[in-house]
Amino acid sequence: MNRRVLEEKIFKTLMLASVFIVMGSLVIIIGLVIFNGGSSLTIEMFTQTSSGGYYLGRGGGILNAILGSLFLALPATALACLIGLGIALYLQKEFTHPKVSGFIRLSLDILWGIPSIVYGIFCLMIMVFIGIGTSLLAGIIALTLLEIPIITRYMDESIKMVPIELKEGAYSLGSTKFETAVKVVRRQALPGIIAGVLLGLGRGIGDAASILFTAGFSDRIPESLFDSTAALPTMIYHLYASPYPLVRQRAYAAAFILVVIVLSISIVSRALSKRYTKYVIP
Amino acid sequence: MIKKLDIQIETKNLNVYYDKHYVLKGVNIEIPAKQLTAVIGPSGCGKTTLLKSFNRLLDLRDNIKISGKILVDGENIFDSKVDVPDMRKKMGLLSQKPYPLPMSIYNNVAYGLRIHGKKNAKELDSAVKHYLQEAGLWNEVKDRLHDPASRLSVGQQQRLCLARAIAVEPEVVLCDEPTSALDPIAAQQIEKLLLKLRKDYTVVLVTHTLRQAKRLADHVVFLYFGKVVEQGPADEVFNNPKDPKTKAYIKGEIS
Repeated sequence: MNRRVLEEKIFKTLMLASVFIVMGSLVIIIGLVIFNGGSSLTIEMFTQTSSGGYYLGRGGGILNAILGSLFLALPATALACLIGLGIALYLQKEFTHPKVSGFIRLSLDILWGIPSIVYGIFCLMIMVFIGIGTSLLAGIIALTLLEIPIITRYMDESIKMVPIELKEGAYSLGSTKFETAVKVVRRQALPGIIAGVLLGLGRGIGDAASILFTAGFSDRIPESLFDSTAALPTMIYHLYASPYPLVRQRAYAAAFILVVIVLSISIVSRALSKRYTKYVIP
Repeated sequence: MIKKLDIQIETKNLNVYYDKHYVLKGVNIEIPAKQLTAVIGPSGCGKTTLLKSFNRLLDLRDNIKISGKILVDGENIFDSKVDVPDMRKKMGLLSQKPYPLPMSIYNNVAYGLRIHGKKNAKELDSAVKHYLQEAGLWNEVKDRLHDPASRLSVGQQQRLCLARAIAVEPEVVLCDEPTSALDPIAAQQIEKLLLKLRKDYTVVLVTHTLRQAKRLADHVVFLYFGKVVEQGPADEVFNNPKDPKTKAYIKGEIS
């Protein structure tokens, strides 16, 4: 066989193999959680809180963890969006010298790469300093810090990529800076911003290490910002640590619910992006 | 007898630096009102920079330094009293590659009307129709006004940009090689529109195709390495150039 044709075939095989590894993992993960947890997926899982202590956790459901996850990740994402938008706007060259913004971008990329357990420990330090225990509030702070770099960099890149000609077009119609930013730049940057926000949310809702020390664990639904709370990732961690197979099954069921939530976020993100992308000027 | 023309835009000793690059060197030109003025010259000679200085779009670029005066209707646009958005509204822009706004066809035209205070839905509808007709686009888009502008062809997008530009009732239309990204038929449509526009607007057309300038221009400015070499009525500049450099450029000896 011709050497170049052979080369082509080898590369094609390698590419296909890589794709199979990824697609296979997805199928196996979903299959595994359904297979192992399916029998524990009862209505009670969604409607009742845990009972019987968490190491024994055979009774009740995991409503406290599902709600806990939402109570942690939604406010954290909202906060991260607010702070992130501020930083992302500040990074634009209209406001900041490129040398300064370059340094801030580098810092954000480093923050992005810091493992979430480190955020957890850092927040624990703050908690000790201001004198609060494991709580919803502390968990929200940890997740906010974790999500800020992701959301900010996505917003920043999407705003930065808006072509200058588009802004020139808006300005030459007599738009003010504010009108240009809010009515034109926003529309062009929106799909990227949405993708970033939902990526942040997905990361926040799925992260265990940062909330392990900060949000703590509880059998009940938190009633105030200062109550400890369970979340799906920490629930999985605790259930799976049990020596009883029946409890470990419930860990898989919880994992299944978490996977479904993260998958839905991803689907919503795609749908929203698609809806706004059609207006974007390439 | 040549009657004295009204001057719409006048530059006085205009200098522009990009970083350390000296782009426009003491430019003094006069652009007559309700005429089509073509700015010609080799690429990189500062034509686009000159055009974008007229409505202070250069302010958006980094590391730029401008000195001198630009008088529009006798008023210096660099004066601190000038309301920049208001001044820009007087000058529509057609860029090299069309960049419609990231919204529907309808809203592209309505955007400018809305930000300048026209909100009534019926008035907007009829105004949008009027300006799309002016730009020769109405018949092609009347059934899909609410489609994204990004779905139009490049030639249609350029006419849409023209419609949105004239919708805010400017006095001047600045065109930066508006046909260079278009196919010949779309280019011809834009040229026809420009000829129509010069009855009501002052048109400044930057072009690197000499033939286009010959076809369209009433008045010509020849820029060479950031300096004005020659300016005047198109007949004179093309048929009887005074400067040897202009002569060489028109003959195609330098480019």
